[in-house]
Amino acid sequence: MTTATVSRWDRFRESFLWYSFKRDKVAIVSFVVLMLMVLAAVFAPLLAPADPYDLAQINIMNSELPPAGLAGSDPAFPLGTDAQGRDMLSTILYGTQVSLMIGFGAVVLQAALGILFGLLAGYLGGRVDAVLMRIADVQLSFSTLMVAIIVGAVFKASFGNLMFGEIAIYMLIFIIGVSEWPQIARTVRASVLAEKKKEYVDAAKVMGFSTPRIMFRHILPNTLSPIFVIATVQIANAIISEAALSFLGLGMPETQPSLGSLIKSGFDYIQSGSWWITLLPGLVLVVLVLVINLLGDWLRDVMNPRLYKG
Amino acid sequence: MLAFLVQRISQAFLVMFVISVIAFAIQDGLGDPLQQMVGMSVSQEEREALRDELGLNDSVVVQYLRFAGNALQGDLGNSYFYSKPTLEVIAEHLPATLELVIGASLIIVVFSVPIGVYSAIRPQAWLSKFFMGISTVGISIPVFLTAIMLIQLFSIGVTVSAFPEDTGWGQWLNDFFSTEGGLPSYGRGDELTHLFGTWESGFFSESGLMHLVLPSVSLASIMLPLFIRLIRAEMMEVLQSDYIRYARAKGLSAGRINFLHALKNTMLPVITVGGVQIGIMVAYTILTETVFQWPGVGLMFLEAITRSDIPLIVAYLMVVGLIFVITNTLVDLIYGLVNPTVKLTGKKA
Amino acid sequence: MALLEVRDLDVRFAVRGGDLTALRGISFSLDKGERLGLVGESGAGKSVAAFSILNLIAKPGYIAGGQILFEGRDLAAMSERELRKIRGNRIAMIFQDPMMTLNPVLTIGTQMVEAILAHRKISKKEARAIALDRLQKVQIPSPGKRLDQYPHELSGGMRQRVIIAIALLLDPEIIVADEPTTALDVTIQAEIMDLLLDLCEQENVALMLITHDLGVVSQVTQRMLVMYSGRIIEQGPTREIINDAQHPYTQGLINALPQLGEPGARLFQIPGSMPSLKNVPTGCPFHPRCNFATEQCKHSMPDYVRSGNVDVACYEVANLIEQEKHMQEAES
Repeated sequence: MTTATVSRWDRFRESFLWYSFKRDKVAIVSFVVLMLMVLAAVFAPLLAPADPYDLAQINIMNSELPPAGLAGSDPAFPLGTDAQGRDMLSTILYGTQVSLMIGFGAVVLQAALGILFGLLAGYLGGRVDAVLMRIADVQLSFSTLMVAIIVGAVFKASFGNLMFGEIAIYMLIFIIGVSEWPQIARTVRASVLAEKKKEYVDAAKVMGFSTPRIMFRHILPNTLSPIFVIATVQIANAIISEAALSFLGLGMPETQPSLGSLIKSGFDYIQSGSWWITLLPGLVLVVLVLVINLLGDWLRDVMNPRLYKG
Repeated sequence: MLAFLVQRISQAFLVMFVISVIAFAIQDGLGDPLQQMVGMSVSQEEREALRDELGLNDSVVVQYLRFAGNALQGDLGNSYFYSKPTLEVIAEHLPATLELVIGASLIIVVFSVPIGVYSAIRPQAWLSKFFMGISTVGISIPVFLTAIMLIQLFSIGVTVSAFPEDTGWGQWLNDFFSTEGGLPSYGRGDELTHLFGTWESGFFSESGLMHLVLPSVSLASIMLPLFIRLIRAEMMEVLQSDYIRYARAKGLSAGRINFLHALKNTMLPVITVGGVQIGIMVAYTILTETVFQWPGVGLMFLEAITRSDIPLIVAYLMVVGLIFVITNTLVDLIYGLVNPTVKLTGKKA
Repeated sequence: MALLEVRDLDVRFAVRGGDLTALRGISFSLDKGERLGLVGESGAGKSVAAFSILNLIAKPGYIAGGQILFEGRDLAAMSERELRKIRGNRIAMIFQDPMMTLNPVLTIGTQMVEAILAHRKISKKEARAIALDRLQKVQIPSPGKRLDQYPHELSGGMRQRVIIAIALLLDPEIIVADEPTTALDVTIQAEIMDLLLDLCEQENVALMLITHDLGVVSQVTQRMLVMYSGRIIEQGPTREIINDAQHPYTQGLINALPQLGEPGARLFQIPGSMPSLKNVPTGCPFHPRCNFATEQCKHSMPDYVRSGNVDVACYEVANLIEQEKHMQEAES
């Protein structure tokens, strides 16, 4: 067992992926920043000075204090406080955790849907393909954000505000996952169509393997690298979608804020000069999305063999 | 030509049908017109009688057909909140959104084409790399955040005093990083010009135009990086093609090769994608209009959601769906007209 | 003085981890009105050689050394501006695939007129008249109609006729034709080739014909070059080479021609395949496939030796010539 892991590690160290990662400063910096943010978010309960969910810790007297270094700041609140007197650093740490959870969860869901529908469409072809891809086309031309807003609106109307707030995290994962599946499905379908023509698929058919077995055990592993690339970028998109929905009031409630709902609640105070309540979580959101996008760009460049043809 | 038209238009009808089914399902599932009409105080029998009268006990198919028939006649019910026909409400709000989209599209076209072309022709130039870097950052900033930052910078203004004020350069740096603000960030202003029907335009007064600046820049900010990247990628691919090399072999000037031979071939796919993106822009108008309290259909839609104004939500879906379908069909037709290799039979030659 | 003289041309491709040499020490000349064939398997560097004459090699390729003298002026050292005056005007090119060569979104007329106006200060109307005249020369059916058509409305054969017409627009001195008929239907290949040759003869244009088809070269050219792995390994009068090829590779090519072998006999094949640019063997690049290869062939590239009017780069040939000389000396 140990030898196997060692050799896998060695193989990774000799791989092209690792080689190009070492040489790409942007990729390294992005990766380090992303890892720091993920760790900070995961360990938010340990790192945060206060628990923003605990009403007892909040003192309204502390509201709208500016970050350290500005006139009127309080050393207890290095990033200032929001309008309810919550410590900004803590809310941002917890908010990042919520945003990452939703982003990651939504991509897992859309990958599951996208892989299933993409495989079915690509491998079975014919009417299944036509119907699935038509749905994907319409959904994409409507824009995934629009679909998410509509589904969110419908859910909110049918569940009511209170109920929606309680299960918001799962709702958002569901909404974003369902609205974004066509992206991955298309990628999977395209690679399946390319793989289907190859000899090993014919060989598997001749050997009498079942269709699901051929699809999942033989074709799927060969389509993983484009899925991996697009899934990375989709995490960034899901985080943005979540923030957009929360900003519109269709996402996380203020009592359990994500980065998007922090930005929303801070926006009301920007005119009174308390810019930090909205712009600090905004900055965190941008950095988070940017590093994921940069990593996605790098992965695409490394894994896309088209670039090496010329 | 005819076959192409028929194919596209029947496709459009199919999509509209699906949208109407969804809209109907939402209305059927969420809206209880009885509740809105009579409140809680009416007895069960009376309710049943009313349900029968309103046709709510008919089969789903019959109800849908009635819904669709009314929709075709331009009747999508009355808004609970505004107490008037939903289409009328939308007609009042639509011009504001259209002007916002027009403003943003202008910004996108004016900037994306030259920047995209330049960075395709000179991929190694530092300016190209700068534009590419900016566009990656741009894609990563959600539209509402861009809007908020623009408000902070150009509406509220920023006063920087981090540098020592007693030195000349400190003062200069403070001034350099400070912004005036003053641009309007709320609504469309009150100097609107009546054009026709429900169209009140902000294009004809200074105040109207000033109000348009920040919202349209915000809305453009999300699409501009995509278009720059798209134009650049397409153009770079075209520049690799044989006919470009052949154009060089004919001794043509670089200008003619880049701006006629290459650009014309680049713009064809860009038109298609661009058309689709206009549809996508509608989704982003909801965000932009929310930030700037821009009285368009996006803000109206969001308010309808918070007010549970189901008929207005449904009407918005139908109208936006119709706009999508029409733009997509038009884009297909225009593409067919512009591209000589599409023979308008629906197949590529 | 020759019309075109290429001296010691080196072309390289700048890729990750160093340069790849695509052409090495290419030297040949082309006289006014002459027809020169350039043969070799795909990957031998024929197309690179063709494109390098007008400095049109696709990036990351570049000319690393040598001269391309056209009427005594070095095209390799010329500015882009100066080169543009020669491209299409004094030296015209015909590309391999007519389906890809014409711009799909511009009419034939536009693409012909712009080529004239790039070099002549005349009106559009006059340019259109010239275009029409050339279309008539290439015997295209209803030439007037073609000017307003788009490339996709024409068949492959017609498109190649248009491209020949474009090549003739400005009465060039040289036409470089890169496999002008390979992409066409077999049935019209001969037709198009005949047309090209007739017109070159009529207008007294020198033709550099790049092809892998030894049959065509033997029928239409006066002199030929044989390329292998980026080098010219044999060059001289076509008839002499076809009748009595010196280099083992050229011999192999000729033996592989079906019409020259015995009817019903199995076709000869040169064992192995041409090396890729990334791993060109040391010494003579042909040695791994050569029956006569010796230790010497593995280590150094042979110089050219002259046998009759043919220049050959081969140690075996050099040895034979040497032996013959000794025998003659011994006899006399």
